[in-house]
Amino acid sequence: MIRRGFLGLAAATLLAGGAAMADETFIIVQSTTSTQNSGLFDHLLPMFREKTGIEVRVVAVGTGQAIKNAENGDGDVLFVHAKPAEETFVAAGEGVSRSDVMYNDFVIVGPPADPAGVAGSKDVAAALAKIAAAGAPFASRGDDSGTNKAELRLWKEAGIDVKAASGGWYRETGSGMGATLNTGVAMGAYIMTDRATWISFGNKGDYVIAVEGDPKLFNQYGIILVNPAKHPNVKADLGQAFIDWVLSDEGQAAIAGYKINGEQLFFPNAPR
Amino acid sequence: MDGFGAALADALSLILAGDADLLEIIGLSLRVTLSAVVLSCLIGLPIGAAVGAFRFPGRAAATVALNALMGLPPVVVGLIVYLAFSASGPFGVLGWLYTPKAMIVAQTIIVTPIVAALTRQVVEDLHREYAEQFASLGVGPMERVLALLWDARFSLLTVALAGFGRAVAEVGAVIIVGGNINHVTRVMTTAIALETSKGNLELALALGAVLLAIALVVNAAVMALRAAAVRSAYA
Repeated sequence: MIRRGFLGLAAATLLAGGAAMADETFIIVQSTTSTQNSGLFDHLLPMFREKTGIEVRVVAVGTGQAIKNAENGDGDVLFVHAKPAEETFVAAGEGVSRSDVMYNDFVIVGPPADPAGVAGSKDVAAALAKIAAAGAPFASRGDDSGTNKAELRLWKEAGIDVKAASGGWYRETGSGMGATLNTGVAMGAYIMTDRATWISFGNKGDYVIAVEGDPKLFNQYGIILVNPAKHPNVKADLGQAFIDWVLSDEGQAAIAGYKINGEQLFFPNAPR
Repeated sequence: MDGFGAALADALSLILAGDADLLEIIGLSLRVTLSAVVLSCLIGLPIGAAVGAFRFPGRAAATVALNALMGLPPVVVGLIVYLAFSASGPFGVLGWLYTPKAMIVAQTIIVTPIVAALTRQVVEDLHREYAEQFASLGVGPMERVLALLWDARFSLLTVALAGFGRAVAEVGAVIIVGGNINHVTRVMTTAIALETSKGNLELALALGAVLLAIALVVNAAVMALRAAAVRSAYA
C-alpha cells in the first residue's frame, strides 16, 4: 500500500513535468541581477501580463553572461546595462536594435569608519585614487557584469592599475551584486553598487553611501530584441510586444512608479 | 541571531498557512529531484549491478571511473547540459532549456554515477556470497543481475537516498539550466541563493531549515517503507 503510494507519487512527478509546459505564450528575458533583486520585475510583469496575457520569464544573471546567453539564442529579449557591449551585440547582428529604457546611478558604499577618507565625495575618480593610495580594501564584482565593466572604466580614468593589486586590497569576488555586497560588508571593503540593489539590499550592516552624485556614475539600461533572422526560435512578435510596452507611456510610468520606502529606484528615459 | 528564530517561525507559518509560492517551490524541488532519482535508478542500478557481478576486461577501470564520477561538480554538469540544450546546441530544438526538464536531465547526470558506484559495491559483496550457488545452478547472466538486485533491495534503498540527498541539495546545475525563473524553475536551493544575494540572510537560512525538514520527511518515509517491507518479507 505504502509502496504503491510512493511509486504513484514518483510517476505523478514525472507526468507533471510534461503537463507544465503546455502554455506557450511566454518569452524569456535575459536580464541582470539588479533589475531582479530590486523587485522591479515583480512590479512590472504582472501589469504586462494583465494587459497582454504574455508571461515573461526572467533569467537574471550578470550582463556579460546575459549577452552570452542571448548570443546563443537562449532568450527573446535582452534587458541589461552595459551600453558599449549592447551596441557591439547589435552591430554583430545578434540583436535587432537597441533602445534606452531607464537609468539610475552607481554609488560607492563603505564602512562608517571610512579608512580612505572619501565619505561625502562627489568626484569618483579622486575617491578611487584615495582608496588605492590608502590601500583600503575594495570588493569588485570581477564577473564581467555591467557594474563590473563600469567600475573598471572608472579605475582606468583614475589612472589606477587594479590588476596589479588583485588579491591585495583589490578583491574580485567573481560573484553577483548581492553576493559581493555580503562579502564586502563582512570584510570592511568599499563596494561599487547600483543604487537600486543597494536600497533593496537586506544585509547592509552599518554601511553607508560614501560616494555619489558624480555624472560618471550614471547607469543606463537598454532593451534589445534578439535577432530572429539569426536565431529562428526567437518569438519576435511576443518579444517586440514586451519591448513596445516597456517603452510606452504606460510602461515608463510603471517603471517610475516603482518605489521602496518612498524612494524611486529607476528613472525612465525611453526616447520620445 | 534572534532574527533567524523569527524568520524560521515565518517560514513555518507560511507552510502551515499553505502559502502558494512556497508550496510551489517545495513541490518543484520534489518533482525535479524525485524524477531525477527515479531515472538515475533505472540507469544506474543495472550498470552498477553489471560491473559488480561480471568479470570483463576493463572492469577495474570501469569501477574507478564510476567512483570518480561521483565527484562530478554540479556547476560543470550544469554548463554541459546548458550547452547541449542551448538554442545553438545539439538538443536546442527540444526547447527544454529554462524548464524543469533540463533540470531533471542535469540532476540525473549528477545522481546516476552515485547510484551506479554504490550499487556496484553492494552487488559485488553480495555476489561473493552467491557466486558458487549461481555456478552450481547454472544461472544465466540476466537472472543473476535480477536476483542480486532483488536480494540487495533494502541496501539499494539507502543508495537511492544518497542520490536524493545529493540532488535535492545541489544548486550549481539547476541554477544554470533552470535560470531560477519565478513560478517556472525556482526550487528550494535557487530560492535560498536568491534570498542570500538579496541580503535576506535570515529568510535564506529559514528556507534552508525547511529544505532540511523536507529531506528528513523523505528519508523517514523511505525508512518506514523499508521497515514495513522487511517485516512482510521475513514474516
